[in-house]
Amino acid sequence: MNVIEVKKLNKIYNESEVKVQALSEVDLAIEQGEFTAIVGPSGSGKTTFLNMLGGLDEPTSGEIHIGGTDIRGLSSSQLIDFRLRNIGFVFQAYNLIPVLTAKENVEFIMELQGVSKKDREARTMELLEAVGLKGRENSRPAKLSGGQQQRVAVARALASKPKFVLADEPTANLDSKSTENLLELMEELNRKENVTFIFSTHDQRVVNKARRVITLEDGKIIRDIRKNHTI
Amino acid sequence: MILAVAWRNIWRNKTRSLVILVAICLGLASGIFYMAFYFGMVDQRINTAIKTEASHIQIHHKEYLSNPDKKFMIENAGPVGQEIKRVEGVIATSNRIILNTMIQSPETGAGVKISGIDPEDEKQVTNLYSKLIEGTYFEDGKRNPIIIGKKLAEKLRVKLRSKVVITLQDMQGNMTGAAFKVEGIYETSNTAFDETCVFVRRSDLAPIMLMDDHACQEIAVLLEKNDQLQVADETIKSKLPDLDVKTWREIMPEVSLIESSFTLTMFIFIGIILLALLFGIVNTMLMAVLERAKELGMLMAIGMSKVKLFLMILSETVMLSLFGGLCGIVLGWILTLWFGVQGIDLGAWSAAYKSLGYDTLVYTRLSMGISFQIAGMVIATGIIAAIYPAMKALQLNPADALRIDM
Repeated sequence: MNVIEVKKLNKIYNESEVKVQALSEVDLAIEQGEFTAIVGPSGSGKTTFLNMLGGLDEPTSGEIHIGGTDIRGLSSSQLIDFRLRNIGFVFQAYNLIPVLTAKENVEFIMELQGVSKKDREARTMELLEAVGLKGRENSRPAKLSGGQQQRVAVARALASKPKFVLADEPTANLDSKSTENLLELMEELNRKENVTFIFSTHDQRVVNKARRVITLEDGKIIRDIRKNHTI
Repeated sequence: MILAVAWRNIWRNKTRSLVILVAICLGLASGIFYMAFYFGMVDQRINTAIKTEASHIQIHHKEYLSNPDKKFMIENAGPVGQEIKRVEGVIATSNRIILNTMIQSPETGAGVKISGIDPEDEKQVTNLYSKLIEGTYFEDGKRNPIIIGKKLAEKLRVKLRSKVVITLQDMQGNMTGAAFKVEGIYETSNTAFDETCVFVRRSDLAPIMLMDDHACQEIAVLLEKNDQLQVADETIKSKLPDLDVKTWREIMPEVSLIESSFTLTMFIFIGIILLALLFGIVNTMLMAVLERAKELGMLMAIGMSKVKLFLMILSETVMLSLFGGLCGIVLGWILTLWFGVQGIDLGAWSAAYKSLGYDTLVYTRLSMGISFQIAGMVIATGIIAAIYPAMKALQLNPADALRIDM
């Protein structure tokens, strides 16, 4: 079953002045449980594509269906609510709320969803344990290493029980060991809980772990490789 | 959790938050203290007006105030006074013979208002006896004592036991006069009053004027509290429809005007302080929002609604204003309570203040109700100050905000 379907997606920046075609006629379908890496040189359109999939940016034309919903038809407020309930985000710079502890950062998104305190606390502890941060739940981001912060970000992304997680260069600021640990964690979550992960990355280690690798160049998909076979 | 985030956000940049908190605190404390100072001053002026000059209510013949001729008198002042004493809230009454005439010393003369009083009754109504700086209050027992103000004594160049002559026209129109001996010299906070008002015994003045013992030109009424003024005024008016009953507000409209315009003036003053603080708060919050653009973009990206984002920034601003405001109110109150006991001595400007009828030792005073109103104004300022920074935050595009390098 496809969790994401993209048809004829185009994104043109600076439409009135110099036109920059960031995405061009992109067609893509991603199934539930995929572990996908989107690769390509800088400026190839990776982040733009992820922003489109996350409903953070509007395409110039084309369709994006997520779980059967055409997100182009949603208003700005509906999109925010849609993201809250369907999409998990992991950012390159972690982007945790600095004034909240690790536990509170994970809980925060569930509070926005209206989950009860009891359920929030239970799921938060379960997720922090899953990402290996049990015992650090009361630490603020500034007291955690980059790798630990990104683990909190992964826990936060999963807290809302999303249909898929978008991770924009999640390992770019991590050292080798942290990268390895994070990838193992996400791979395990993908395998055990069937969470769909979509990364944009330059990191060969991420590419090696991915079971599907989509290569973008000049806003176009030039390669879409599933490990063991090529489309 | 939004409130917790808002509170912690305030303390992310402690220096900046403390600067604006101190500004709010000092601004409000100064405003409150100034208000308390002015309230104290006006309150003392009103007290002086009531206790020394006019009392709460005055009763005259219908024609007297428009034409203060001695012939317009209250004939049966004794029974009228008894009737008034039965009104709820009335503590005491004093029947006065009032005469505007000339007083002369061996060296010079002056126009004065003579009040012929029953010393014991007057003692119940006004505090003239407590204002004596020299001599005694009709205790000598000798004939024709007079109590005059310090300013008049200086003008006439007289002192205790000096003789002065009062020239007047009796009820039959004959010019007459009598010598009085200065028994006491008083000083109030109103030099104009001290210069023009003299007091003699009614029992001395009535025979000189050939006036009936029971008649007088004025009945002064003292109430238990100023709050009872309106009810007592209406009751006395209904009991004495043939006489002119007036409150101190009508008799001394200039004092009443100070009282009525004062509160409005003070709120405008506090409003100006808050307006200045408003721009400080907007500046601080705008910096806080722009600094956190990436974080706010992330919050919108992960699903924080615009309403909640707005509420978070609103809460930060309101908490900042309220915290600073409460500190300011507490500091203002401490100053008010301290100077309410110690008083503020304006001795250096005593001549100017006394000529306007104000005491030179001012005791600050403020009501709790006013403090709550000021707290309300602070909250309103916080809410208004939050709007622009919050609107700026809502205009952020999450994708653009997330690209910002902080």
